[in-house]
Amino acid sequence: MSKVYIALQDNDESRYIIEAIEEDNPDATVIHQPAMIRIENENYLVVKRETVEEKMGRDWDVQELHLNLITLGGNVDEDDDQLSLSWNV
Amino acid sequence: MSAKKLNLKDKYRLLTRDLDWEYSYVDRKKAFPYEEFEGIKITDWSKWEDPFRLTMDAYWKYQAEKEKKLYAIFDAFAQNNGHLNVTDARYVNAIKIFLTGVSPLEYQAYQGYAHVGRQFGGAGARVACQMQSIDELRHVQTQIHAMSHYNKYFDGFQDWTHMHDRVWYLSVPKSFFDDARSAGPFEFLIAISFSFEYVLTNLLFVPFMSGAAHNGDMATCTFGFSAQSDEARHMTLGLEIIKFLLEQHEDNVPIVQKWIDKWFWRGTRLLSIVAMMMDYMLPNKVMSWKEAWEVYFEEAGGALFKDLARYGIRMPKFVEVTEKEKEHVSHQAWWIFYNYGHAAGFHTWIPSDEELDWLSEKYPDTFDKYYRPRWELAKKMEAEGKRFYSQALPQLCTTCQIPMGFTEMDDPTQIAYRSSDYEGEKYHFCSDGCKHIFDEEPEKYVQSWLPVHQIYQGNCGGASVEEVLRDYYKLNLGADNLDIKGSPDEQRWKEWKGVA
Repeated sequence: MSKVYIALQDNDESRYIIEAIEEDNPDATVIHQPAMIRIENENYLVVKRETVEEKMGRDWDVQELHLNLITLGGNVDEDDDQLSLSWNV
Repeated sequence: MSAKKLNLKDKYRLLTRDLDWEYSYVDRKKAFPYEEFEGIKITDWSKWEDPFRLTMDAYWKYQAEKEKKLYAIFDAFAQNNGHLNVTDARYVNAIKIFLTGVSPLEYQAYQGYAHVGRQFGGAGARVACQMQSIDELRHVQTQIHAMSHYNKYFDGFQDWTHMHDRVWYLSVPKSFFDDARSAGPFEFLIAISFSFEYVLTNLLFVPFMSGAAHNGDMATCTFGFSAQSDEARHMTLGLEIIKFLLEQHEDNVPIVQKWIDKWFWRGTRLLSIVAMMMDYMLPNKVMSWKEAWEVYFEEAGGALFKDLARYGIRMPKFVEVTEKEKEHVSHQAWWIFYNYGHAAGFHTWIPSDEELDWLSEKYPDTFDKYYRPRWELAKKMEAEGKRFYSQALPQLCTTCQIPMGFTEMDDPTQIAYRSSDYEGEKYHFCSDGCKHIFDEEPEKYVQSWLPVHQIYQGNCGGASVEEVLRDYYKLNLGADNLDIKGSPDEQRWKEWKGVA
């Protein structure tokens, strides 16, 4: 098994995004480090627009993720509704 | 009826496909003269895909927003005398290395992507290189702005472009990028987009920037993470590029593997400076270099190479050596600089007792056995007024240009020496990895501008080391160099903190 991961700046917007990721990926591990939050999961992780919007209480474009993104690992697939990370196994 | 709003995929397709055109009166090969000589075969450029599907309108919108956030923090940092909030004046020396060693590489990356972006026949690749080129220019500009605040209060920041071009240890990062930019366009992408951005830059921009935050340096942490938000895109592109090349033609596989082998090793050597910054130069520690290597290379890189195995790509050559090196390389690098602190544009020091204990704890198999005794000896000599600076100029590795101070990994008391003969001359290397790279392309590396050779050949002015440092490197001797102890930096810091 391989881990995919995403790291976000530790700020108010990211907190909602992290909540959404935790909800949509119940097995993901959240790691807090100085100024950043790293989330990792086995093979697959998804960020869903709908869940983030629900947490933030406003419209959210998946591309807004770039504003708070620090790094990620895995094959990326993004469209208007979600961003996913995966490894082929 | 108004037109339906385009979705991401349609917008991206229109930008990267419909903006291209057929060549009716120009020979395609003449329009893209560098596309074939490396042996890479492209059968269908339209298969190039940016998974983020970024278009210019979205690019400018989000980049502008990132800049606004970033510059608000720079203002706040400067207005609140942010330099007074860093943990310790020693910390700032890591930032001096960043400005003189890393920021100029951002500029080289900007030039590199502008150049190769012109050379690809596919519009998708050209758009991707254009965006990355602009990103890299943004990085160098934001870094200069962030660090200009430190230039007002500390020594060593004043002449960083001049230093980058001339100072001995800065030839390590400079020659790395010169090597990549003087290669063909596809090798450049494998070198920088894949090997450097995907496999290795996390080690610089993630744990080190988290470390900057942990040491009270909000400006550096913020430009680092802001740059990294672009890097996440660059990394993703690096992975797509390699998959694209491997899927285009099976003949590309051995060529790509050879470049991965070369650039992985070049990158690990370059990062030995970052290893030492993390283990020795951050007063508040986040993680050790060894831990960072395990998370960001062994774990993340391991997953990546498992994913690429289906194309017939294996782990880079000499990866087994790096498993051993992670226990040693930061200690050996800082020891080299401690020995040559009189010739460096930043300050050096002996780790404090608490720091020595931290290193013992993080490196239980090597630190007490090999490295702690050296620092105990240095401490004793310093206390007796016998602080020792090496006066002889070191032999440099012809490939990575680092002084030959790294040891055999199975015998850390024996300095590693390798050599090759080429056209009647002998060339020296620090490792099997660097020797292998030379042996593959000797005609390229015999041209290396090696700072020590150049000094001995009289090309750097002066009959003495002091003249070279003062007149050719433009170091302010007695201010920029030597130990932090007794430096003007330390004196000012104590005055600001009221402990003078």
